[in-house]
Amino acid sequence: MARRYDFEERKYVIGGIAVLIVLVFIARLFVLQILTDDYKKYADSNAFLKRTQYPSRGVIYDRNGELLVYNQPAYDITFIPREIAGLDTLALCEALDISPAFFVERMKEVSNRRKNPGYSRYTHQVFMSQLSAEECGVFQEKLFKFPGFYIQRRTIRQYAYHAAAHVLGDIGEVSAREMEANEDGFYERGDFIGKQGVERFYEKELRGEKGVEVLLRDAHGRVQGRYMEGKLDKMPVVGKNITLGLDIQLQMLGERLMKNKIGSIVAIEPATGEILCMVSSPTFDPQLMVGRSRGKNHQHLEQDPKKPLLNRAIMGVYPPGSTFKTAQGLTFLQEGIIQPETQFPCHHGFVHAGLRVGCHAHSSPIGLVPAIATSCNSYFCWGLYRMMGMKKYGRPQVAMNKWRDYMVSMGFGYKLGVDLPGEKRGLIPNAEFYDKAYRGSWNGLTVISIAIGQGEVLLTPLQIANLGATIANRGYFITPHVAKSIEGGQVDSVYRQKRFTDASPENYEVIVQGMRDAVLGGTCRGANIEGIEVCGKTGTAQNRGHDHSAFMGFAPMNDPKIAIAVYVENGGFGAVYGVPIGALMMEQYLNGELSEASELKAEDISNRVIYYGNEER
Amino acid sequence: MATRNVSVWKSVDWTIIVLYLILVVCGWFSVCGASYTYGEVDFFSFDSRAGKQLVWIGCSFGLGFILLMLEEKFYDAFAYVIYIGMILLLLVTIFIAPDTKGSRSWLVLGPVSLQPAEFAKFATALALAKFMNSYSFSIHKWKDALLLVLLVLLPMCLIIMQKETGSALVYIAFFLVLYREGMPGAILFMGVCAILYFILSVRYGEVCVGGMGVNAGELLVLSLIVVFACSMVWVYCKRSKVGFRFMGWCALVAGIGAAVSYWWHPFHLSYVLWGICAFLVIAFLYFSVARRSRNFALIALFIAGSAGFLYSSDYVFNKVLQPHQQVRIKVLLGMEEDLAGAGYNVNQSKIAIGSGGVFGKGFLNGTQTKLKYVPEQDTDFIFCTVGEEQGFVGASAVLLLYLAFILRLVVLSERQYDTFGRVYGYSVASIFLFHLFINVGMVLGLTPVIGIPLPFFSYGGSSLWGFTILLFIFLRIDASRGEQIQRSKRMPMS
Repeated sequence: MARRYDFEERKYVIGGIAVLIVLVFIARLFVLQILTDDYKKYADSNAFLKRTQYPSRGVIYDRNGELLVYNQPAYDITFIPREIAGLDTLALCEALDISPAFFVERMKEVSNRRKNPGYSRYTHQVFMSQLSAEECGVFQEKLFKFPGFYIQRRTIRQYAYHAAAHVLGDIGEVSAREMEANEDGFYERGDFIGKQGVERFYEKELRGEKGVEVLLRDAHGRVQGRYMEGKLDKMPVVGKNITLGLDIQLQMLGERLMKNKIGSIVAIEPATGEILCMVSSPTFDPQLMVGRSRGKNHQHLEQDPKKPLLNRAIMGVYPPGSTFKTAQGLTFLQEGIIQPETQFPCHHGFVHAGLRVGCHAHSSPIGLVPAIATSCNSYFCWGLYRMMGMKKYGRPQVAMNKWRDYMVSMGFGYKLGVDLPGEKRGLIPNAEFYDKAYRGSWNGLTVISIAIGQGEVLLTPLQIANLGATIANRGYFITPHVAKSIEGGQVDSVYRQKRFTDASPENYEVIVQGMRDAVLGGTCRGANIEGIEVCGKTGTAQNRGHDHSAFMGFAPMNDPKIAIAVYVENGGFGAVYGVPIGALMMEQYLNGELSEASELKAEDISNRVIYYGNEER
Repeated sequence: MATRNVSVWKSVDWTIIVLYLILVVCGWFSVCGASYTYGEVDFFSFDSRAGKQLVWIGCSFGLGFILLMLEEKFYDAFAYVIYIGMILLLLVTIFIAPDTKGSRSWLVLGPVSLQPAEFAKFATALALAKFMNSYSFSIHKWKDALLLVLLVLLPMCLIIMQKETGSALVYIAFFLVLYREGMPGAILFMGVCAILYFILSVRYGEVCVGGMGVNAGELLVLSLIVVFACSMVWVYCKRSKVGFRFMGWCALVAGIGAAVSYWWHPFHLSYVLWGICAFLVIAFLYFSVARRSRNFALIALFIAGSAGFLYSSDYVFNKVLQPHQQVRIKVLLGMEEDLAGAGYNVNQSKIAIGSGGVFGKGFLNGTQTKLKYVPEQDTDFIFCTVGEEQGFVGASAVLLLYLAFILRLVVLSERQYDTFGRVYGYSVASIFLFHLFINVGMVLGLTPVIGIPLPFFSYGGSSLWGFTILLFIFLRIDASRGEQIQRSKRMPMS
């Protein structure tokens, strides 16, 4: 190999290396800066700290302006794992009054990414939440000893009365499912959301709008200032306050009367559809759903066989019993099956073609008004039997669907549309239903029990109360609702429109007369209140156990202010529990207080206990 | 004297000076951007880093001026003196420098600290140039070559003793100069091979192929050795095709081995490759004797050496290197992601640059650098600021400026009449290239994190002065070449 002493051409190698290096770098820059967008996002999340400004949640008033639900400051203890240094665990446990075992357990929970998907060593992790000012006080003083730990203020709900838990509902941390359904991206992990009742239904109004502060944060997480002098900041908008149609005094009386009984009371103002009270028994103290013990309490209530968490007023479906006869009378009158003067025989019941539906002692034959007053089964069985066999319909199927249309127009069989979550629709059978059940071979006798609110028919207490309101209004109702007004506006227009039934006002007058007579001399004598023209209808619904006791009524007769439904499971005759409770409730609402005698009566009913055993309900 | 001064200004290379000035000014703006914190806008106050840098820049201009005024002969005459003085200074520094972050490389003189390592570069370059310029010097003499390596290794070792490994690595750049001056290219090639073997064996060292837990990195490197060796036969042994024939046979044997191991009877596939390597060594040694060719023997040595390097580097990586050093290397090779630890700097640096986009966020508008996400952002990671605030356009422009600067230095070096000027010029170019390569590469996540500054950009008086001295001595040497031409032109007329 010849030795070359002149290596000048090697300048090209050296120059080439330089060119290559710079070209590789430029290509790399191109990839980093132009081809991928990720780094920009990383940079923003790096540098911008979007600190959320939480609005305070709207408060809730009752119809008389009594504050029911309000906010109170609470404190969360959070920590940033990366910042913890030289932690004296024992001192921390002492300051927070927790056991070291709890500390270890909690730390394990927080750092478990399966249980806590938002875990990061660089962000706030909630160690304990919703401590009261007193609980937090000791810790606050010693906070400086625990670098990496922080106290964050938030607000929690407080309840002025220990009542109306089902209506008011509660708030809790957003669940994984709610996070998925979070289409407007409002919620972040750890935020609170309405879980039940008004809190849930009016979540959007109550929650307000979050504000945001855009801050610049350096590598150590220290805030360096506002971005663009706060031009991009947004102030939080306070949630709207809500006034309910609820009368808290009436509600509390209802809950008192229903103590140790299972059932429900619903009262509606007929003219507006506002719900005056909605009692579901057994109930619970709404305050149990607040703070750190929420989870424990919730679980406890969930496991109770009497299901106190269930709002029976809208979620319980019951046979309406004799209260349903009013709706039957209206249908028969409107369809021309009977006239107000029409009389049917009743010899201790409806006896026809081998079928017998029992009845109690009263004169026979009997007209519509006394039939309602005395709650004659026979009369309405005849009516339905006649309707099902009527020539003008041709077939019982047609007649059945006609009947169904009347029921639906009165608000049965479908959800009424109350402004609370979880409402049930009840059950109103139609022709197809029976065709399926009896393979097409059925007639008026087969289905006769629906005429007296038994059999397949199921209503919610709210639907029964709404029937009362419809009769009070002589032919229409306004969708019942708990919210009376929302700050700065009215309730939704659906809660202001009249919904007319298929029956005409003059037919309603007949039914009203029957209900008035029931109070004056019929089954509802116990509902008579001095100085008030009360109308009422008892109900005694047969079921597998002891009869359910029901009452539906309204008062005063000619200027109705309140319509009410009372339903006491296994309470026996309507007159035993339904009537006296209904009467006390109406007295309380119309007079603003109970008379001394009534107070004694209320005390007596409140103290009565119905034993249900321990079976699941 | 007056005429000589005028001629310096005429003959000095203004292209380089203009490029230098542009880079220094861009550098100052970058320091402003990187050291800027909210609410502080006074870049001219001596309290701020930008203000201080302005003072250093002023001083370097003065230095540059003085260096141009000195006689060219001065550098030639005092090269060894300067070198020895600098070596002594480095030695002294080890003992008297205070411990700053584990390194003992800063001399504190009242309010200013100086890093002698930055100045040792030009001294070494001068000594190297002078030595290679000497009459009897030949790079092919063993004694001279050894002395050359010693000249480079001495300051390198001293700087390593100061715990400034990054600065010491810069001296590798001198090998590029030696290459230009006739060092066999094979040495450069072997350097590249060593790096390649190391990266491959570490990167794929944990990947298993086949059923016997055969290490993929090992297989890959062994195959590469065979390919290199056979290709070298072609290059160094009179275009002999025997290498390629061997390569074919080896591939066949390895293929059969792999097939047997995969389908029939699993065995350690490395055995096959060891066998192939051993066979090649014996075969080449035979050729070397039979054909009387030393090169065949050398290639056999290359194979043995490569295999030895492979297994010793494996040992070094796993047994000698500290765990944190292993992690650093693994992070660089993309085998581990440790964004909070070893990979933090580079990841943040990539985020800062990546967020710049095409045109950048504008001067002083970078968020990542302002908010101190990138550590060392005004010294070693200064290029982040350029990338974030000036975007792709600005960063590429800076890189192209550097390229022009380095290529111009190469051109200037080549036009020197004597070895002294050429060697010095190439030293300057190589040092700048090495700094650019390592520094920008590290910021872009391509090279390991080695803390060396980006010339003219990184904040700091020592490095700026060091580079200015390095450059302006060369400019003075180059200008004297021009003076000679001027003189020779003028002579006949006068």
